[in-house]
Order: sequence, then C-alpha cells, then structure tokens
Amino acid sequence: MNAPARSLSRWVGAAALATTALTVWLGLWVTPPAKVQGTLVRLLYLHPPIAWVALYCAFGVAALSSVLYLWRRTRSRFWDRLGASAVEVGVVFTALTLVTGSLWGRPTWGVWWTWTARLTSTALLLVLFLGYLALRRVPADPDVRARRCAVAALVAVVDVPIVSFSVDWWQTLHQRGTVLNPGLTLKVHGSMAWTMGLGFLAMTLVFVWMVLVRYRIEALSDRLGDDELEISLSERWAEGAMGTAVEPTATVEPAAVEPVAVEPAVVVEPAGGRP
Amino acid sequence: MWRDALLVAEKDLRIELRSRVALWQVLPFAVLVLVLFGFALGPGPTTLRAAAPGLYWLAVLFSTVLATQRSTAIESGEGTRDGLRLSGIDPAGVFLGKAAAVAIQLVAVQLLLGAGIVVLFDVHLETWWLALVASALATVGLSAAGVLYGALSAGLRVRETLLPLLVLPIVAPVLIAGSRAWSAAVTGAVASGASWLKILGPFAAVYLAVGVALYGPLQETA
Repeated sequence: MNAPARSLSRWVGAAALATTALTVWLGLWVTPPAKVQGTLVRLLYLHPPIAWVALYCAFGVAALSSVLYLWRRTRSRFWDRLGASAVEVGVVFTALTLVTGSLWGRPTWGVWWTWTARLTSTALLLVLFLGYLALRRVPADPDVRARRCAVAALVAVVDVPIVSFSVDWWQTLHQRGTVLNPGLTLKVHGSMAWTMGLGFLAMTLVFVWMVLVRYRIEALSDRLGDDELEISLSERWAEGAMGTAVEPTATVEPAAVEPVAVEPAVVVEPAGGRP
Repeated sequence: MWRDALLVAEKDLRIELRSRVALWQVLPFAVLVLVLFGFALGPGPTTLRAAAPGLYWLAVLFSTVLATQRSTAIESGEGTRDGLRLSGIDPAGVFLGKAAAVAIQLVAVQLLLGAGIVVLFDVHLETWWLALVASALATVGLSAAGVLYGALSAGLRVRETLLPLLVLPIVAPVLIAGSRAWSAAVTGAVASGASWLKILGPFAAVYLAVGVALYGPLQETA
C-alpha cells in the first residue's frame, strides 16, 4: 500500500477513535436515562449503528465488489480483496449486533433470544457469511478462490431477502406469546438523537478504518506469497548457477560465483518500498 | 443448452444407476434419519405427528447435501472436469443437467420419505396436491442451490465438511416454507398453505437463474 493510502487509514482511524470516544462519553454520562427504558436506552446509541454497518455497509460493499470482480471488464484483485475485507469486518459487526441486541433483549423482553424475523434472519446471515470465510480460508489458486468467493458472496446476498421474507411469514403465522412489543419503536429527542447520530458516524468510521487495515493486510500477505516464490526461485537458480560454475573447475573462485549468488537478495526489501 | 442439459443429466443418472450409491446410501440414510427422529422425540404419536412435516423436510435437506456431494464427486475424477469443458457443452447446460439429475434423485428420496412418515409417524395428508406442488417447487430450488454450491466447493479437499456449512443456511427458506406448506396439507388449511408456495416458487426461480448465469465463470477455472 502506498503512502497516501496509509496516511488516509491513519486519519480515518484517528477520527473513528475520537467519534467513538465522544459517543461513549455522551452516551454514558451526558444523556439522561429514558422514561420507559431507563438506563438501558444507552445500548441503543450503539446497537442500531452496529447493525447498520453490518447489514448495509459491509454486505453492500461485499455484494458490489463481487459483481465488479465477476464482470470481466472490471475484474481485478482489488475487488476481491475489498470484498473479503468487507465480509470479514461485516461478520464481526453482525456478531456484535446479535450480542448487543441480546444484551438489550434480556432485561427488556425477559429473554436472551426470541424467534422474531429480524433476529432469525440476522443469525442466518451470520452463518451464511461464516461459510464465505470458511471457503476463503481453503487454500487455492488466488484467481480460482476469488471467483468462488465472489459467487458465494453473491448467492448469500441474494438469499437474504428470501430468508427475511420467509422468516417474517413464519413468525407472524406462528407467534407464541408476544414478548416483542411492536410499540417499542423509539421516539428519540434532543441530546439522545445527537448521540445516536454520532454513534452512526462513529461506527461507520470504525468500519471504514477496519476495512482499510484489513485490505492492507490482505495486499501484504499476497505480496509476501509472491515474493517468497520469487526468492526461493532465485535461490534455486543461484544454486544451479553455482553447480555449473563449480563443476568444471575444481577450485572455487568466489569472485566468479558471487554476482549470481548475491543478485536475488535485492528482491528482499522492506514492505512499502515498492512503487 | 437444453440438449446439453439432457445429455449431462442422462450421464449423471446412468452413473448413479450403475454405481448404485444413491440406492444403497442416500435412500437408506433418509430412512435412518426418520427413525432417529422417532427415537429423539419418543414414541408418543401426537408429538411425532405434529413434528412430521418438519422432520420430513429436514431429512430431505440432509439427503440433498449427500446427493450434491455425490454429484460433485462424479466430476472430481481425474481429467473429468477438463473433459467436460473440452466437450464444448454449454456451462448453463451442465448446470441444468446436473440439477435435473439431483432433482430426480430427490424425487425418489421424497417418495420414500413420504411413505416413511405415513407409516412411521401415522400422518394423513388432507390436501395431497398442496404437498405435491410444494415438493415439486422445493425440489427444483434445492437441487439448483445444491449443484451451484457443489461447483463452488468442487476440487477442494475439505469439500465434505464445507458443503453442508454452505448449503444448509442457504436452503433454510425451503425448510421453513416446505414444512409450513406440508403442515397445512396435513390439516387441510389450503389458503395458508398455498401462500408458502410464493416463497418456494421464487426460491427455485432465483437459484435456477443464478446458476445459469454463474456456473460458467465457476467452471472456467475450477
């Protein structure tokens, strides 16, 4: 990754840290407890923003980059890495959505988990994209892997509306005991609205920063793979050259061998040194 | 495309007929699952009867995983994939053919399972046409999604463990809609049962379309 991109990720990281800290401060100390939910409302400065990042930002980016990878004209490793980074961050955020929702649900509804449409389809989404990550971890040729992963991400994204439809019907037709009160939709006022808005900004920045960092790791590990191959190839060549140089003359003349043997070492250079 | 599909389906089914894997492994497995469900839920007939549609579809899902694994394994022999690619057969045709072969095996599985829940769980279908339509649509959707994911995991050493993880969450809507439709078919509540076909139909259509569109790029490299 080049220098401007790295400084971008640094700035985004700093902004994410600042806005998150501000959200925490506003959410925990400044804003008042809510009328009905009391202090529980503070979880809502975090939970909806996390869900927004998971469901829309992360999987939206993943779907878009998969399409762009599969389309021949725009196919490049960039989209593959971006998609993979977005999915990985998205899985973390989806898990966090479920955890924070569950923490909120226990005191509010009295249960950790209910089989509502939203919860169930979010859980299925998590499993779907865990499958994507499992597929990605399987060693394969980078191009083959990229294509497979792009198809898997697309199929999973296509599945999401069907899942949410079916679960929605399933739930409305077979509701056992209403724990979920549909009137719980929040009317947010004043400082609470500000804090929630800030939470959205903070989580989106965290998402962007994590994707940037993840992308960089992906690109570096690709580079490492390529370089390792290059290095070991040139080492073999050097050995071969040494073998032919040594055999005819029994005495080894280091001066004759050296240029060939030293040359490949140039390949090893610190990351980021390459244009 | 259609002629190619017929050729591929015929080839797959002929291999199945000769190797008898479906007959001796997939079908007995489906029955075994039903019997195990019986053990798990106890011998009380009311519980079993109430759970029967769900258990039926769960058994169908497990059998789908086995059938697609088998369908992928056929293509993983040495040079088989290259042969298929070199033969100039349309990838969409390959997809449709393989899906059709899996679908036919699933029909056999479902006939056996249907008889199984009637005999073992004492289920009577009030509106049998509803169950039939639901099964037909679900079969198309399951085999399309299964074959597509089979191609995704083709040639990987971890195929056996990866495929269920990928396929089962994808086909969850079929499990939900299928078992609801069958429950309605058992109780005779036609109106509520028929509405579930609105999920099974689009599911089948979407995965057929996705498979036709994306099987090509997958086959190119794999």
